[in-house]
Amino acid sequence: MSTPTPWRGNGAAPAYPGTSAAPQPANLADLLERVLDKGIVIAGDIRINLLDIELLTIRIRLLIASVDRAREMGIDWWEHDPTLSSGDRRRDLAAENRRLRERLGELEAARSKEDAGEADADAGPGAAEPPPARKGTGTRPRRTS
Amino acid sequence: MTHTWLYAVAPAGPDPLPPDLPGGVADEGPRTVTADGLLAVVGSVPTPDFDSDTLQRHLGEPQWLERTARAHHRVVSALGGRALPVRYGTVYRDDDRVRALLTAHADGFRAALAGIADRTEWGVKAYQDRTDPDEGDEEDGAPEDRPGTAYLLRRRSARDRADRALADAAERARQVHRTLAGLADRSTEHPPQPPEATGVRDPMLLNGAYLVHRSRAAEFARAVTGLQRLHGPVLRVELTGPWPPYSFADLPIGPSGPSGGDAE
Repeated sequence: MSTPTPWRGNGAAPAYPGTSAAPQPANLADLLERVLDKGIVIAGDIRINLLDIELLTIRIRLLIASVDRAREMGIDWWEHDPTLSSGDRRRDLAAENRRLRERLGELEAARSKEDAGEADADAGPGAAEPPPARKGTGTRPRRTS
Repeated sequence: MTHTWLYAVAPAGPDPLPPDLPGGVADEGPRTVTADGLLAVVGSVPTPDFDSDTLQRHLGEPQWLERTARAHHRVVSALGGRALPVRYGTVYRDDDRVRALLTAHADGFRAALAGIADRTEWGVKAYQDRTDPDEGDEEDGAPEDRPGTAYLLRRRSARDRADRALADAAERARQVHRTLAGLADRSTEHPPQPPEATGVRDPMLLNGAYLVHRSRAAEFARAVTGLQRLHGPVLRVELTGPWPPYSFADLPIGPSGPSGGDAE
């Protein structure tokens, strides 16, 4: 087995091929994940406890707190994310639109069942009033599959 | 009055510290404490800021935490790969306690140092790439005169497509991990980071860390490039590092270690 190599004072990290020369500042989330381990540190004479949930909260708050730094690093997602910027109204509209379209789909589904029923009723005697202007019914074969 | 913050442990040698070590978590100049053939890189931090309660409170302050976490990382990184990184926030009452630690766990430290010697940590994250959801894929047979029904059908098929795409991407991420783990001495997976922490909304499917021997570093880098190409349109594979081997530093002083802050 290899034994630990003695300390060497020059501190030069070995060059690894395939990596860019200039080290970039570590992504904060990556860094915290590593230096804080699993979010719980108990070491030395002083105990620090960071529960996972708190760690996540800290990350988020860190990111929000360091907006300027993040911009420098090219991170500006919150400016485009409607849930995080002032796009609340846009999100509401999108949600409403979705609800309406779903409701429309349900209504149409119900309607096609009724259509089937009505077709029978129309054929029967005693249909006093003609249905109001239902163009197209019967002129075009409707596929039901 | 000061406490002693521990950055890293290395084998003691004839050479002093790298001359240009950056300032530490309290802007102090890092120094060394030696015992039993081992060398601890430490810093003197003011007790009022680093006693248990104050430290705990500081950790809730984002700027403070970021500043000190980066400072800790800078010192550890500057040690150049021979040192066993110690977790952020490892604080002793004084240097004597650090010497006692080195002596008490000399064998454990030596074993841990042997495990990371000539190796470095790489991080590989993989995100599902959802930039290409082929939205325009129209369903045949969707009733055009029933926009609501057509909408529901479209949504259902889009949802099915999304499920399949996610499952495919997740399987590819597992392949990526298996391939890279095969090139590493050790590997581990961190929990995927949430979008709030990464700023990337695509789901993270792999957050791996790999301890790679120097002799295989080039091969590892090539493998990552190959995997990026192989899984290109489905998975976005990102390489970070080299890191100090934080994820593989088996310190004998962790929560399960024998000296988890116990008094004597």
